[in-house]
Amino acid sequence: MIQVSNVNHRFGERAVLTGINLSIRERRVGVIGANGSGKSTFARLLNGLLIPDNGTVIVDGLDTREDVKAVRRRVGFVFQNPDNQIVFPVVEEDIAFGLKNLKLPKHEIAQKVDTVLAKYGLTHLRDQAAHLLSGGEKQLLAISAVLVMEPRYVVLDEPMTLLDLRNKKLVLDTIHTIEQPVILITHDLDHLQDFERVIVFDEGRVVADGPPREATRRYTQAMA
Amino acid sequence: MLSLYVPGGSFIHRAPAAVKLLILLIGSAALFMVSSIPVHAAELVLIAGLFHAARLPWRDTVRQLRTAMILLIPIFLFHVFITDWVLGLETVLRILVLLLLAVLVTLTTKPTEMIDVLEAAARPLRHVGVNPSKASMMLSMVIRFIPMMMREAQEILEAQRARGLDRNAIALLMPLLIKTLKMADDLSEAIEARGYDPEPVVPVWRKKG
Ligand SMILES: Nc1ncnc2c1ncn2[C@@H]1O[C@H](COP(=O)(O)OP(=O)(O)O)[C@@H](O)[C@H]1O
Ligand SMILES: [Mg+2]
Repeated sequence: MIQVSNVNHRFGERAVLTGINLSIRERRVGVIGANGSGKSTFARLLNGLLIPDNGTVIVDGLDTREDVKAVRRRVGFVFQNPDNQIVFPVVEEDIAFGLKNLKLPKHEIAQKVDTVLAKYGLTHLRDQAAHLLSGGEKQLLAISAVLVMEPRYVVLDEPMTLLDLRNKKLVLDTIHTIEQPVILITHDLDHLQDFERVIVFDEGRVVADGPPREATRRYTQAMA
Repeated sequence: MLSLYVPGGSFIHRAPAAVKLLILLIGSAALFMVSSIPVHAAELVLIAGLFHAARLPWRDTVRQLRTAMILLIPIFLFHVFITDWVLGLETVLRILVLLLLAVLVTLTTKPTEMIDVLEAAARPLRHVGVNPSKASMMLSMVIRFIPMMMREAQEILEAQRARGLDRNAIALLMPLLIKTLKMADDLSEAIEARGYDPEPVVPVWRKKG
């Protein structure tokens, strides 16, 4: 479970998150809101990339303020722009990066990399230069690189925003196959139709929280 | 020249990166000790054979060499006018052999393997406070981001041409710098999110006891 309690955060003068109280235990949670409504800031709280000014974020009993490393292992994070999260020049090596940091033995790394490549249909690209992949393939690589670490939760911050329609579908279909609980930030309601819960942000506050239908109504009102 | 690895299964691809780099190193040193046109010509033939064995597409190879080839012409002409054409030919052959060897190694070795070798070679530098794993990581990232930077530069140039602006270094460098900073910022966050945690390296003179 992820528990966000009494969180406020500001950047300089600007209050970016105000009075956030949420506990997340569902398998599929969507987060939606206009640009600048605080979605990314909220997402960054969940794996300790950002520590809030006030309040706490607790992941399975671990406080991001105290156990940030353990929290990061638990919460995988996929960013909007795949180009800026792929660190290594060759596909299989980027996937191995996190595992190498854990100092796992070589054969174990190779085996995990194989499994993940096969699972996400990237086996034929294993020796490719990352910069030659399509946008969708890059994002699948970024997702695979996160999932190979076997996190307990996966947070994805607008992973489809920069992709064309076909690649959006490819990535969305892949997200559906993730076994772990998923927290998907998006600004496209269509992506969240079969989610259990949708949280709507507006100007740093949670303005709706519930099944997609209800949240959709609230979001459309807010955007009008 | 950096991240142009062409996957393949030839024995050259499979040879350990350390061996290839060592041969490149020794080969280039030896190259400058031998001065004989027939020997260099024979080397060229040998290297052509190696390229063939590695089943490298000629187009990639030629593209790699095009810029360098253009540089060879003035070098040759320089010798023709200043010294003599025999020396010119020899110099040009030497450089060509060296370039081809370097290209062969780059095209058949995964960048990360190459970096692993450099990392191992840099290990003694630990004593002066260099963190080899951090240094090799930086090198990987440079290799990873060079093609991206080139594409960015291309896009900026095109956008400026579309707006009818002349080529102008500042007009290129400013947006490129801004994009690079943004990219570096995103990247460092992504690396952090992926749990990167280099062990701190303490230089010997700061170690206690
Ligand atoms: N590092 C930062 N420094 C200053 N302001 C920031 C920073 N990150 C985000 N902001 C501001 O916080 C607000 C919310 O941003 P963000 O959480 O990225 O929104 P969203 O992801 O919903 O578009 C925006 O007004 C943004 O400009
Ligand atoms: Mg955002």
